[in-house]
Amino acid sequence: MDAELKKSLQKLAAQIRIGTVESIKSRGFGHIGGALSVCDALAVLYGSQMTVDPANPKMPTRDKLVCSKGHAGPAVYAALALKGFYPYDEIKTLNQPGTKFPSHCDCNKTPGVDITTGSLGQGTSLAAGIALADKLKKQSCRTFLIVGDGEINEGQCWEAFMFAAAKKLSNLVVLIDWNKKQLDGYTKDILPNEDLDGKMKAFGFETVKINGNDVEALYEALENTKKGGDKPYAIVMDTVKGAGVKEVEETMSNHSMTVGADKFDEWLAELREKLAALE
Amino acid sequence: MNIVYNGEMESRAFKEILGKEIPALAEKDPDVIYLDADLMSCIGTAKWAAAHPDRAINCGIAESNMIGVACGLASQGFKPICHTFGPFASRRCFDQLFLSAGYTGNDITVIGTDPGITAAFNGGTHMPFEDMALYRAIPTATVIDIADANQLISVLNQVSDIKGVKYIRVPRKLTAKVYADGETTPIGKGNTIREGKDAVVFATGIMIHEAMMAAAELAKEGIEISVVDMFTVKPIDKECVLKYAKATGAVVTAENHNKIGGLYSAVTEVLAGELPVPVEYVAVEDVYGEVGPQDYLRKAFDLTSDHIVRKVKKAIGRK
Repeated sequence: MDAELKKSLQKLAAQIRIGTVESIKSRGFGHIGGALSVCDALAVLYGSQMTVDPANPKMPTRDKLVCSKGHAGPAVYAALALKGFYPYDEIKTLNQPGTKFPSHCDCNKTPGVDITTGSLGQGTSLAAGIALADKLKKQSCRTFLIVGDGEINEGQCWEAFMFAAAKKLSNLVVLIDWNKKQLDGYTKDILPNEDLDGKMKAFGFETVKINGNDVEALYEALENTKKGGDKPYAIVMDTVKGAGVKEVEETMSNHSMTVGADKFDEWLAELREKLAALE
Repeated sequence: MNIVYNGEMESRAFKEILGKEIPALAEKDPDVIYLDADLMSCIGTAKWAAAHPDRAINCGIAESNMIGVACGLASQGFKPICHTFGPFASRRCFDQLFLSAGYTGNDITVIGTDPGITAAFNGGTHMPFEDMALYRAIPTATVIDIADANQLISVLNQVSDIKGVKYIRVPRKLTAKVYADGETTPIGKGNTIREGKDAVVFATGIMIHEAMMAAAELAKEGIEISVVDMFTVKPIDKECVLKYAKATGAVVTAENHNKIGGLYSAVTEVLAGELPVPVEYVAVEDVYGEVGPQDYLRKAFDLTSDHIVRKVKKAIGRK
């Protein structure tokens, strides 16, 4: 991987994290843990993989993102703001009445959000349908599906995975955010779902497991999904829930957190320091 | 409207109609795409589907995923038509219908076959008395209960271009013929099958036939009723409901569905606020289905012309 590209993606990931925390700070609470864990993936997707046009968010031949774990909305909003879909400061209206930025992703409210998600599991079938649509239209674009490791408790995910493999949707890339926690605790204590790469392989996916908080590993894995074939792709991203903010990482119950403005400022200072180190 | 009802059964079963019309719609409009949940063989589409894998998608026995995939396709400009049996087309995938379709703004059509007692030998597990109630609770949904083969063809040819979630409940067996071949029944409009001044029966689906038999019985006693096919249960034809309620002063609803949430609810929601005349219902009491021949079930659940006669007299008595 080109060193300059790597640095630019690391910077973008840091900026997405800052945007995520700034928007959640504006409301004082939010789904911070699962938003921070996918920031590196969003940086690599929007920074190196996806063809999108902020001036034409619904361009039919764009690459599509389905963030099925819709509660990672704040991270998606930050990424799209940095990409130029709307002015950056707008994301600080998160969850205010009338906002374009609700807790969970909504394609009717936010330019650049490709589909509405929030009821866990549903994004998986939507992504399969979108990928199928592109395939039927003989469009070469790809669909990226971010799904949570807790989310895959939902049976619909496995219906969709079976479907994607059966219909040979090689234009679909599933990124599983294996951050090992769900709302009530560790996934291993609730519904253990170890060996996700083995499971996805068994379901008919071309599968790889990587460090999902490492832009280089993400880049290499995503580049590899360009080769086509007749299988959909799965990337099991080994991540840390709350990645990038030490205190959030170390908080057991970090699915949704409510803290004071001072605490948010501390976290932002930590993130800005990391960004500055990359400059 | 050319009404040809004379009590005789259709010559073509709905299965035959669906097997012909779904492929015809797809061939007419390149955006139409048909999805099924392993029940293609039950509606006669399997052979065509096998020859047209890009236009017909068998999703397997996974209704929630089928609705989600349909919504993904709709988001990219396709006009999906999904089919499965009524219970699986409604309660099995309700959250997907509500959010992936309705809330998200993906326009899809769902055909639910074997509604209510027409599920007959599949029994209580397969007998939806609540499907219209569920779909009516989805904002801006269109809910249709089909009466005859011609109406099915007419509705299928209108529905793909309507926005929102559209649900069509269709029996697969023969029903009484109501409309002349080629007649268009515009979605959202009640159709007058018979005129009478003493009471009105708003009916849907297989209950049109029962209502017409009831009308003949009542006529022998000098009671003349109107019978209106209110096949679009949502959006209900408010103007039509008010017109007949005002003209007759006594209203009866007749549906192959739970009394909660379907036609009775839709009609009373209109009348309660604007014209509170006596309203009686013929519908399934708040109970589950059971197995048996359709004729047995018709009597077991009081979905009969005799019961309509009783309810008409009761409504008139309350004037």
